[in-house]
Amino acid sequence: MKHTLSVLVENKPGVLARVAELFARRGFNIDSLAVGTTERPDISRMTIVVDVAEHSLEQVRKQLHKLINVIEIVDLDPETSVARELVLAKVKVDKDSRSEVIEIVDIFRGNIVDVSPESIIVEVTGSSQKLQAFEDLVRPYGIKELVRTGKVALPRGK
Amino acid sequence: MVMQLKMTGAQALVRSLEEEGVEIIFGIPGGVLLPVFDVLYDSPIRKVLTRHEQGAAHAADGYARATGRVGVCMATSGPGATNLVTGIANAYMDSIPLVAITGQVATNLIGTDAFQEADTTGITMPIVKHNYLVKDPADIPDVVQEAFYIARTGRPGPVLIDLPVDVSRGELRYHRREHPVLPGYKPTLKGHKKQVRLAARAILESRNPVLYVGGGAITSGASAELRKLAEENGIPVTHTLMGKGAFPESHPLSMGMLGMHGTRCANYAMCETDLIIAVGARFDDRITGKLSEFAPKARVIHIDVDPAEIGKNVRAHVPIVGDARQVLKDLNAAIREMRSEVQSPDRSEWHALIQSWKEKYPLTYDRGSDTLKPQYVVERIHALTKGEAIVCTEVGQNQMWAAQYYKVDRPRLFISSGGLGTMGFGLPAAIGARLGRPKEVVFDIAGDGSVQMTIQELATAVLEGAPVKVAILNNGYLGMVRQWQQLFYHRKYSCSCLQRERTPDFVLLAEAYGAKGIRVKEPEMVDQAILEALEAPCPVLIDFWVDPEENVYPMVAPGAPLYDMIGDLLYPVDKVHPEKAEEPFL
Repeated sequence: MKHTLSVLVENKPGVLARVAELFARRGFNIDSLAVGTTERPDISRMTIVVDVAEHSLEQVRKQLHKLINVIEIVDLDPETSVARELVLAKVKVDKDSRSEVIEIVDIFRGNIVDVSPESIIVEVTGSSQKLQAFEDLVRPYGIKELVRTGKVALPRGK
Repeated sequence: MVMQLKMTGAQALVRSLEEEGVEIIFGIPGGVLLPVFDVLYDSPIRKVLTRHEQGAAHAADGYARATGRVGVCMATSGPGATNLVTGIANAYMDSIPLVAITGQVATNLIGTDAFQEADTTGITMPIVKHNYLVKDPADIPDVVQEAFYIARTGRPGPVLIDLPVDVSRGELRYHRREHPVLPGYKPTLKGHKKQVRLAARAILESRNPVLYVGGGAITSGASAELRKLAEENGIPVTHTLMGKGAFPESHPLSMGMLGMHGTRCANYAMCETDLIIAVGARFDDRITGKLSEFAPKARVIHIDVDPAEIGKNVRAHVPIVGDARQVLKDLNAAIREMRSEVQSPDRSEWHALIQSWKEKYPLTYDRGSDTLKPQYVVERIHALTKGEAIVCTEVGQNQMWAAQYYKVDRPRLFISSGGLGTMGFGLPAAIGARLGRPKEVVFDIAGDGSVQMTIQELATAVLEGAPVKVAILNNGYLGMVRQWQQLFYHRKYSCSCLQRERTPDFVLLAEAYGAKGIRVKEPEMVDQAILEALEAPCPVLIDFWVDPEENVYPMVAPGAPLYDMIGDLLYPVDKVHPEKAEEPFL
């Protein structure tokens, strides 16, 4: 079962290494991990997607909490949180396929951020499922390169 | 405005250590630590120069275990730091408060593979509670304060401070905070009230309860509350290796140690109990045996200051996060309060059953033998020190015999490498323990294999006036390895024989270091040797040539359930051996 953990950490050197090392050592699998700044310069937020059973999730949370630089961990419920991911995809196009690809990009409310004679770079934001659907649709045209940011998320309201 | 003194990083470090009340540091200097040792020279803090950095870490560890204070060790960059690693891992596994300070190459050289550079914070990350690479001299006072606070609070553990040489030489205005600022670190010490009441009810309702006590009870100083809980409710007590001394072993309610080499009584009790009250223990594999068959009838109250231990190996029906002493105090109060409302079952049958196990299955060995038995040596040390000595151990058979036959009634008398199982721990730990508690008699019950891993610390013992007594149970083997080879590998003694007839001559070795050496081969010479060692003002090494093929029994084979104990007088091992050898094990 996949869980999205939102982890607030002190913005100090080595924090990412500590978290990554902990997951490796305890044998927990990370699906994705995104780190970035928050509204406070001294605090960073890690959004970690883990694929573990309920019992192991408890261990993940408890072990993470033992890291001195970890301030808070929230297991985000998809019902009450907003999650987004961004993909950059360099899609092969030629004269004939270009308009078709642009159509797909429009449907996904994506942006074309770079154009060249043989390819375009597309930026799409959304849930992981939406990005997956987009990827599946443009794959037949040829994906030359692709990168996803990993999920970032916030709880709704309050 | 407080006057802020200008000083160097090294001065700030030493000043901070003094403010933490550090009285002794174990370590070895080296290039990048010279600024620090230069300042230490003029500090009242006692410097103990060990002969190997591993010895420094273990000595600081032994000091911490014996005194309850934070142990401090120091080593230079690169090999100095990597030599500390075993000692740090050892302290981490046993939750011992330790601050390790390492030198590091100058900040502008970090990452260039400079001479004696190692990524010390990277290497130690998985074996410390926390670590620091200090890059600004101004951070030193805060870092030291935080390090000591983290090391000794909550579930204690080692904290490492890596100090580049230019940071030691750099300048700062000394300022120390009143309290450390650690937004992500707030250990829970007081147990949840509702959980405590649930636990109290479960205890009152239990027919066959067992107290299962680990090192956490010693760390938190919970002995008095533990004794109250046991006595007021008639609860039999078993302890782990780390929990030895938390509850008096001579007490009628004590069942002794449980687990792989525990007593039959304690292990059978775990199989039959309906309620385990775990206090500062973590259900290690050496305790549970085969996990799926562990304590099948029991509900579990798990009291631990580290929430991550609760539910890790064994499901807890009543989890209580908190400091053992504090929780037991609240628990005792809750039980007293609820006693009139809850009908308690009669526990006399349970007590009778336990008593019968104790009488039927005492720890024993061939006492009639003419050969010198290691258990006899430990028993005599116990008798002649009246069970009042601080006993450190090495790891393996010597450790288990010490645990079985040196019974202690008070905490912090038995010091052993539990989690990591570090051979070579005992001698330096004994030195640290003795320097921390100079009035006590300190023994290291050692094996001939283990003791050779840190034997050079005899020099430290001699020079520092730490008259520890090393009792080597010399069987000429890596004894526990040999025992497992005998039991599970068809007696193929692959690389476990140390050839005691040929080397070393421990008596000459002791004398070479300036200690006293005594050799004993006959049972009738044991008492005289121990008394001689006790009277000598210097470190003494007694080389007891014991029965080379004596085994530690009883034993739960690795991977077997606790009720399946082999190899004592009831189940001679030769009868058990063939089918056991075929079984897979961990």
